[in-house]
Amino acid sequence: MQAIYDWARELYQETGINLVFIYEEYERVRFIEGFQNTLWLGIICILLSVVIGVIGAWLQGSHLRPVRLLVAGYIQFFRNTPPLVQLLFFYFALGKTLENLGLMPMYEADGWQHPLIGNFGWAVVSLSFFAGSFNVEIFRSGIEAVPTATREAAEALGYTRLKAYIYIVLPLAFRVCLPALNNNLVNLVKTTTLAYVIAVPEMMYTANQIWSDNVNVPEMMATLFIVYVSLVGVLVWMMHRWERALRVVGFGQGA
Amino acid sequence: MKPGYVIPGVDAAAATDMPVLLPVAERLSRETGRQRREGVWRLELRAWHGFVLFAVFLLSLGVAEAQVETPGDRSPLATLVRWIPFLLWQNGNGFVLNLIISFLAMAIGTVAGAALGLGQISIFKPVRMICWSVTQLFRNSPWLVLLFCIMLLLPFEIEIGDTVYNIPDWMKAVIGFSLPIMANLSEVVRGAVLSIPTGQWESSEALAFSRIQQLWMIVLPQCFKRMIPPWMNWYAILTMATPLCSIMGVEESVHLAQQAMAAEDSRPELLAPFYSFLMVMFFLYCYPIARWTIRLERKYVVNI
Repeated sequence: MQAIYDWARELYQETGINLVFIYEEYERVRFIEGFQNTLWLGIICILLSVVIGVIGAWLQGSHLRPVRLLVAGYIQFFRNTPPLVQLLFFYFALGKTLENLGLMPMYEADGWQHPLIGNFGWAVVSLSFFAGSFNVEIFRSGIEAVPTATREAAEALGYTRLKAYIYIVLPLAFRVCLPALNNNLVNLVKTTTLAYVIAVPEMMYTANQIWSDNVNVPEMMATLFIVYVSLVGVLVWMMHRWERALRVVGFGQGA
Repeated sequence: MKPGYVIPGVDAAAATDMPVLLPVAERLSRETGRQRREGVWRLELRAWHGFVLFAVFLLSLGVAEAQVETPGDRSPLATLVRWIPFLLWQNGNGFVLNLIISFLAMAIGTVAGAALGLGQISIFKPVRMICWSVTQLFRNSPWLVLLFCIMLLLPFEIEIGDTVYNIPDWMKAVIGFSLPIMANLSEVVRGAVLSIPTGQWESSEALAFSRIQQLWMIVLPQCFKRMIPPWMNWYAILTMATPLCSIMGVEESVHLAQQAMAAEDSRPELLAPFYSFLMVMFFLYCYPIARWTIRLERKYVVNI
């Protein structure tokens, strides 16, 4: 590792290309934290949005009309407004109102009172609900795609309803959903940059701090660019492989 | 193959009334494929979305009116009316600037994207590879990163000869927005050209058309109709994305709304009416485009 740090320092001394986040420990820690935050934000949002999608799809099949209407309203709201507005709304309108009303649980750290759901928390909530609204429709179509005859056949073979759902319906539905789900999740990872707006210390935010302190905008920008493109590239590549492995043979073209 | 040994689904079309998957799976797959080709979901705006937005606007305005405590305060409606010229068109800033940015970014993105897309189907491999990499690079990076890149890396003034030209922020935003548009439209062009059956290429080659002629006289005219709906969809998405540059201090409508509210002592009850007013404006602009896109799509759906 030390060799790389020295190389970066030498590069700066000889060419003026200032990769400060490599050779200086303070900035390095900062940048890595930002990267980790972006990763965490992405992973948590992906998982939560999938959970929201599954629950939403299940609720949409509810017998109660108000429940179905509620889910439909949720989908319409989150699909048709920009994620930036949603983020600002959640953090400033909802978050601050809850704090002012004293409804937000607080905890103490470093001598300050912190709300339980801070900016990172609100970014997670807002982005998960945004992506979740797309997932609901995707999962619902997937489950609807499995014919009743298949379910009945499973029941005829002695599966209980739950077991038929877990072993027969969901695996098929998941294969149908996967390509659409991938599109949405890749989109979600790109959208996490928006968390910058509410000062979540993700990669973009820390990069901004670093270039503000060291005046090395082009270097940081290029780094940011490369890291994001490779992050998205790796995700797309993994998802495509998974998709190809799980393709329903003889059905559609998928991609 | 003996007639007795035909296996349905393998040797012939599946002859069963029990499909493995219902048509909804096909639909999802088609939508996904289209989203992948075009790089974005299709904007589905309905008239009732507009009515809901307008109702939210009226409601928030009503609530704000009711919250005025001191008699000296101007009513929120009067405040909004007073700021409308500032928000929408004054000095060529505000909502008009959103539209200008969207026009220019779309124009630049279209021209560059068409060139890049045609480069992607070039018969010369290096050109194909370069165009493909550029497309993938700008297609897969977040818009905000691209916007930051351009806003911070471009100089704020350039010297040509002896004169110094200032580059205003909004012009940099135009370039920042045109990059992702370019990459995505490049994919649209490539997809449209590839969707033309190879028979068209072969038969026109047999008729002694040159490659340029084939492209220009046979293939592109057929692609054109297919590219219009995604192109318009991208335009609507781009217009809705223009407020992103308010983060960088470009004086477009959202940024000016923040300034206006700050000038009105940041009264919290103004927040909802101002923002919902802008949402209504964006809806009024994007709704016709979205509807028209769907209509054109239906019209052009069976052309080959």
